[in-house]
Amino acid sequence: MDTIVSIKPLLAVLVSSIGALFIIGTGKKPNLRESWSIIAGVLKLIIILSMIPAVVYDKKIISYSLFNILPGIEIGFRVDAFGLLFAMGASILWIATSFYSIGYMRSTNEHSQTRYFTCFAVALSATIGVAFSANLFTMFLFYEVLTIITYPLVAHKGTSEAKAGGRKYAIYLLGAAKAFLVAAIILTYNLTGTLEFSKDGIFPAIIQSANPELLYIIFILFLFGFAKSAIMPLHSWLPAAMVAPTPVSALLHAVAVVKTGVFTLLRVIFFVFGAELMLDIGVDVFIITFASVTIIAASIIALSMDNLKARLAFSTISQLSYIILGAALLTPSAMVGGIIHITNHAFSKITLFFCAGSIYVSSHKTEVSQLSGIGKKMPWTMAAFALATLSMIGVPPASGFITKWYLVIGSLERNSLVVLTVLLVSSFLNAAYFVPILYKAFFKKENSNSEEEISLQDKNLKENPFLVVPLTLTAIVSVFLGLYPDFIVHIAEMVVK
Amino acid sequence: MEDIIINNLDYPVLTVSTFLPMAGALIILFLKRGPFIKWFALATTVATFIVSLPIYKHFDKTTYKMQFVEIYSWIPTWNINYKVGVDGISVLFIILVTILSILCVSVSWKAIKEKTKEFYISLLIMETAMIGIFVSLNMFLFYLFWELTLIPMFLLIGVWGGPQRIYAALKFVLFMLAGSVLMLVGIIVLYYAGGKTFDILELSKVNYPAGTQLWLFLAFFAAFAVKMPMFPFHTWLPDAHTEAPTAGSVILAGILLKMGAYGFLRFSFPMFPHAVNVLFIPLLILSVTAIIYGAYVTLMQKDMKRLIAYSSVSHMGFVTLGLFTLNQNGIEGGILQMINHGVITGALFLCVGMIYERTHSRMIEDYGGLSKTVPVFIVFFSIFTLAAIGLPGMNAFVGEFLIISGAFKANMIIAAFSILGVVLGACYMVWLYYRVALNEINTTTQSSLVDLDLREIATLAPLVLLVLIIGLQPNILLSYMHVSVEHLIEQLHNSIILENINAYDTVSSIAEYVKALFKWA
Repeated sequence: MDTIVSIKPLLAVLVSSIGALFIIGTGKKPNLRESWSIIAGVLKLIIILSMIPAVVYDKKIISYSLFNILPGIEIGFRVDAFGLLFAMGASILWIATSFYSIGYMRSTNEHSQTRYFTCFAVALSATIGVAFSANLFTMFLFYEVLTIITYPLVAHKGTSEAKAGGRKYAIYLLGAAKAFLVAAIILTYNLTGTLEFSKDGIFPAIIQSANPELLYIIFILFLFGFAKSAIMPLHSWLPAAMVAPTPVSALLHAVAVVKTGVFTLLRVIFFVFGAELMLDIGVDVFIITFASVTIIAASIIALSMDNLKARLAFSTISQLSYIILGAALLTPSAMVGGIIHITNHAFSKITLFFCAGSIYVSSHKTEVSQLSGIGKKMPWTMAAFALATLSMIGVPPASGFITKWYLVIGSLERNSLVVLTVLLVSSFLNAAYFVPILYKAFFKKENSNSEEEISLQDKNLKENPFLVVPLTLTAIVSVFLGLYPDFIVHIAEMVVK
Repeated sequence: MEDIIINNLDYPVLTVSTFLPMAGALIILFLKRGPFIKWFALATTVATFIVSLPIYKHFDKTTYKMQFVEIYSWIPTWNINYKVGVDGISVLFIILVTILSILCVSVSWKAIKEKTKEFYISLLIMETAMIGIFVSLNMFLFYLFWELTLIPMFLLIGVWGGPQRIYAALKFVLFMLAGSVLMLVGIIVLYYAGGKTFDILELSKVNYPAGTQLWLFLAFFAAFAVKMPMFPFHTWLPDAHTEAPTAGSVILAGILLKMGAYGFLRFSFPMFPHAVNVLFIPLLILSVTAIIYGAYVTLMQKDMKRLIAYSSVSHMGFVTLGLFTLNQNGIEGGILQMINHGVITGALFLCVGMIYERTHSRMIEDYGGLSKTVPVFIVFFSIFTLAAIGLPGMNAFVGEFLIISGAFKANMIIAAFSILGVVLGACYMVWLYYRVALNEINTTTQSSLVDLDLREIATLAPLVLLVLIIGLQPNILLSYMHVSVEHLIEQLHNSIILENINAYDTVSSIAEYVKALFKWA
């Protein structure tokens, strides 16, 4: 494949950090401050979209290297189809979230909004940095930056609960990265002398035959080192992080942070180890086991959660493992299914979180059991919620169906009855924890016990347009991706081939 | 004389950089007390820094040979010459000394109010002694400078230190003297065993009998291990670091600790390669013990300065771990990490010193919410915290990366344990940061907290630059040491007597190893 040298990836990474400086500078004027977020977001998206022709249609790789740290280690960027797909999703959703944040933060009168928007912008830089990294070192750098910069967002409220959540978040993510990733990266470097990603893996054949056990261990270190992918047993930071304001949960804990986790893992599977080596050392079965257990267990826990955001969090844990499972099956269709689910899940899950936030802003309800009859009061919100739910369960024509379709075919290609069962059972469980919400919202009458709660009969209860517009758009996109999946499937096939 | 390059600059650069601070101290001795003294001290340290810069410009990175060498006959009857020179291993320490000395003067600007004249004299003599150690090519000269560091350091701790200063100063000197007495014995034995010379390069060429090597290694080890300090000889460190004034702590952590590691590289490795090859596994285990034990103890500290002091035990464990892996990555990482530790821990001591000046409390519980009360301070503190926990792109990550990479090549199990040290290292730093910078604002100290002034920002800013430059372009430093380290490893491997040094992983080979260990007796 041809390589083009261009500064675009660096610009795409930096633009939101530069935006962050403007945000700090204009912290006293909220309108101006927020417009920087939007401007930076649009610029970022334009830069990223401008790379599509070269990467997707001409099948080239855009690269740019900055510093050479040690022999074989540099800070460098590399835009390929895979990274571009992830970056596109993240940057589109950042714009949506910026609008949403304005509505949410103002109507809930949150404090320290300048800090909030600044951290958000830098977090986006780090996410795009991960997407465009050319090697493990650069990826690790941005991965760590993302952890650190999102900590203030998670602990934003400053209550003791928020602090405890933030603490857990930092301990899990930093701890896993320090304990496992550092070792995995160093061992990889020792064996290969390079950390650059390459299409068919970077381990030369001689090492593969000499040291299969060591490679097996290195992979396990990678798997758990990227704790952002929330694979069990390292998942409990994600529900804890739900103390964050809802836009943070929406963009970071449905898109940027968790997808960084699975993206990095898929990078390692495809571009450090390579599918063949994965099969040779037999580590795929290990991942499939953990991913399957995570899918089922997280769905069952989600069933028992009454708090809406907690239920969504466990749903996220389960859905993330679809992506990991798809990649680990290592058959062409399954891998495509895993990759496209990065985008599909992003749009559906962000819609669900947006809805949860919209419900909270309008009615201050956080529990599923309080939602009876809310569908009539908040029709746009709950309609979007319903569409996104369809995608989560995998009902056609929503985008989740495409994922499941590819995953099921993938499991058949592999002749794995167990995986097929896992997929079917989990679809059933997805329906079991989402459908009751819809049923309550649309068909049940309100039964308010406590007088302190804002009654749904309150005349003042209405939907905030700043919140409703983004969530409706993301819901529509989520269905659109199911109707016209060609573009992202095409990209995913480019990655797999 | 094929392995030295005589100084070809138009002035004796090493001698001048070594003795310029001493000259400055002598002049201060005759000055009247007053504010002029600190300006003069600052000028002296800056001048020393500038004078030493040509070393880096004219340093030849393609050779392991000693450069800028000056030889003058000194005591001919004992065959003692005044001989100085630098190679890739020692050259970087000189710039570390000169930079940190400037910052030490700057940070003491307001903190030292009594006996300022004596303080700056001590500081400048200290600088001479420290540079002297790294440039000496004569064992006698080296020992002279080695002992010379004790006197000003004793005064710095004992006169300008905290409430427990006398105890800490005495403990420091007793530990050091106990170590260096054994080294003196070693030097005398070496003098006779190596053909009646004190010349370090000559002594390095001699092939000593295996038994002699082990005894001599242990004698030198006593001095270096105490200085480093290696577990279990570290107990002087927390007291001395905590009680010393900020400038003293910075010098202790930044440079004094490195003298031990430098000693290993300059003496133990080239002179006693057999002993090193036999003993490197126990030394690796000792290093990992220091890393983990040091980190655990650090976690428990309630006193900020003591916390950072204890973290040095863990960090120096990483340095010795790197050195005793005996491979290129490990040793280069070890040397780089010494510089990094000097920068980061030096910076952290400066940070703690700055807020101590304001509140006169070092207790962590007296602080909280500093991110709201002193934001500029916290920007610096955050950067150094992130550097200390090894964020990629900052200097400590490169050092740790190389060290652990080397450790994995030397011994898988020991390397795996060192990873635990990395995790604990992140824990104590992040926890410290959490308690001091975040948390609720503590009202007991809030009123006396003022944000940093320009002088203090100027003190910390160069260190931030170093953190980033080394983190992104470590080759600037690594290129200096590359050839010298290669040569050092060659010396180590040329004289391997033990057959298979890589076979420590199974029980039977451990038994074989123990047998080999006791063959020398």
